[in-house]
Amino acid sequence: MAAAEIDVKYVAHLARIALSPEEEQKLGAQLGNILGYIEKLNQADVADVEPTAHAFPLVNVTRPDETRPSMSNEDALRNAPAKANGLFIVPKIVE
Amino acid sequence: MLNQLTISELTTRLAKREVSAREAVQACLDQIGLVESQIHAFIIHSAADALAQADAADKLLATGGGADKPLLGVPIAVKDVLAVKDQPLNCGSKILGKFTSPYDATAIQKLKAAGAIIFGRLNMDEFAMGSSTENSAFGATRNPWDTARIPGGSSGGSAAAVAADECIASLGTDTGGSIRQPAALCGVVGMKPSYGRISRYGLVAFASSLDQIGPFTKTIRDTATLLEVMSGIDPLDSTSMPQPVPHYTGTLDNGVKGLKLGLPKEYMIGGIDPEVKQAVDTAVKHLEKLGAEIVEVSLPHTDYAVATYYIIATAEASANLARFDGVRYCARVDGKDPIEMYGLTRGAGFGAEVKRRVILGTYVLSSGYYDAYYLRAQKVRTLIRNDFLKAFEKVDAIVTPTTPTAAFKLGEKSGDPLQMYLSDIFTISCNLAGICGLSLPCGFTKSPKLPIGLQLLGKPFGEETILRIAHTYEQSTGWHKERPTLK
Repeated sequence: MAAAEIDVKYVAHLARIALSPEEEQKLGAQLGNILGYIEKLNQADVADVEPTAHAFPLVNVTRPDETRPSMSNEDALRNAPAKANGLFIVPKIVE
Repeated sequence: MLNQLTISELTTRLAKREVSAREAVQACLDQIGLVESQIHAFIIHSAADALAQADAADKLLATGGGADKPLLGVPIAVKDVLAVKDQPLNCGSKILGKFTSPYDATAIQKLKAAGAIIFGRLNMDEFAMGSSTENSAFGATRNPWDTARIPGGSSGGSAAAVAADECIASLGTDTGGSIRQPAALCGVVGMKPSYGRISRYGLVAFASSLDQIGPFTKTIRDTATLLEVMSGIDPLDSTSMPQPVPHYTGTLDNGVKGLKLGLPKEYMIGGIDPEVKQAVDTAVKHLEKLGAEIVEVSLPHTDYAVATYYIIATAEASANLARFDGVRYCARVDGKDPIEMYGLTRGAGFGAEVKRRVILGTYVLSSGYYDAYYLRAQKVRTLIRNDFLKAFEKVDAIVTPTTPTAAFKLGEKSGDPLQMYLSDIFTISCNLAGICGLSLPCGFTKSPKLPIGLQLLGKPFGEETILRIAHTYEQSTGWHKERPTLK
């Protein structure tokens, strides 16, 4: 397992969270501490053990491909920070 | 006082028309008016809406209708993480701004169909991340037994409101113990059903493979009643399980004779408060007198549970909370492009614990670290789950303390995240294994008088057994009748 040193700036960028320099520093120390504790998982013998993603794995839970009523456009937009013409407005992505 | 009644007591009196739903709701509202300044269990509640629902219930009761509505006229308050149509939905966070829900969660729909009065937004740790409700963006909730202490978390408001008789019952959610731990610390009943028992549709997701909705009540019978109403497969939640829903209230009185209760030897380790240990030991001996056989079991991978949880839960959370980006909802902070908007919106809107967990979760899933952390944690999860399945070959249920200590003081652990995480040691494995668990009162510490909880863990879909054991214990003791003194 990697050493308990997180590149907080990089991971915060992956997580799309803007941090202040103070937050970065504080988090670095706290996360280092937590990762240090998590190191103990290295002692577990996991040879030939299947990973568990879900306690009771259901498979192929599907429904017929039929159109059903769903949320109205109005309801979907009711909490929008910015909207127009039945659409969400966001800052420009492409120049 | 009507707000002090249980669901069973209230529905009996409503059916006989001895009292009205309006009177019951008014009693809760009066209690809220009296104690909320000391407890702050609610983020917000609408008296007008609750009374309007009560009037509708009374109309139905007057016509003799409601035979098919086991909760008609019962006021139930709701943790702020569950969608209730047209009510605010904030998850204890600033980031959702003035969000109101356009739909009802399935569990809420079922309660409404059963006639319940759904009111109030109960305080919680932000996005269900925490064990003390100190991480709420709306201020901390206080333990009704000692208002200098925490009620537990993340469903602290849900536990405190029931303990303080501000409602007849409430809903919470449990991802690593967030129902059972506050139930223990506030002296009420709290249950986490087996994973997949209750639909998660309308529950704002924290960790999708661990989350479950569950009730807070004053008695085991009330929990069984709510579980009957809320359980069942839901086409809107593809992780809900097809197991039929048993008549949980029907088997409560079957006693404990012939049942085997397991005591995990790894749980009775150092770090448990002596008063908690004594209360639990006494409760176990009491269960033995009632006819249960006590058997020692071993859950050898117990020591890895907290570490496993904090990898899996944070990884899942980092994915689930990616949706809070300011596009479709949120208190948006504008940026020159969407990426900057996401970063600023989330930086401003998320609290410290949420940031900590999302960043940790992102890290353990990131390229180069996925195998070492996330994949390994999933394998250890298999080992933990197998520990339980093996133990359940020998015993019908497992009994443990719910928490290592009684309620601690506000601020005592909030400075050290790891210390806070370690206090979940007894509740956390249950979610990893997907099994069911509940906490019920089994005593108090001496001075100050603080509740102590007994935890029962059951097989997957073994709720009937743990409810029956708990009911037998509860009815032969007086703990559930005790109430905090609040003026």
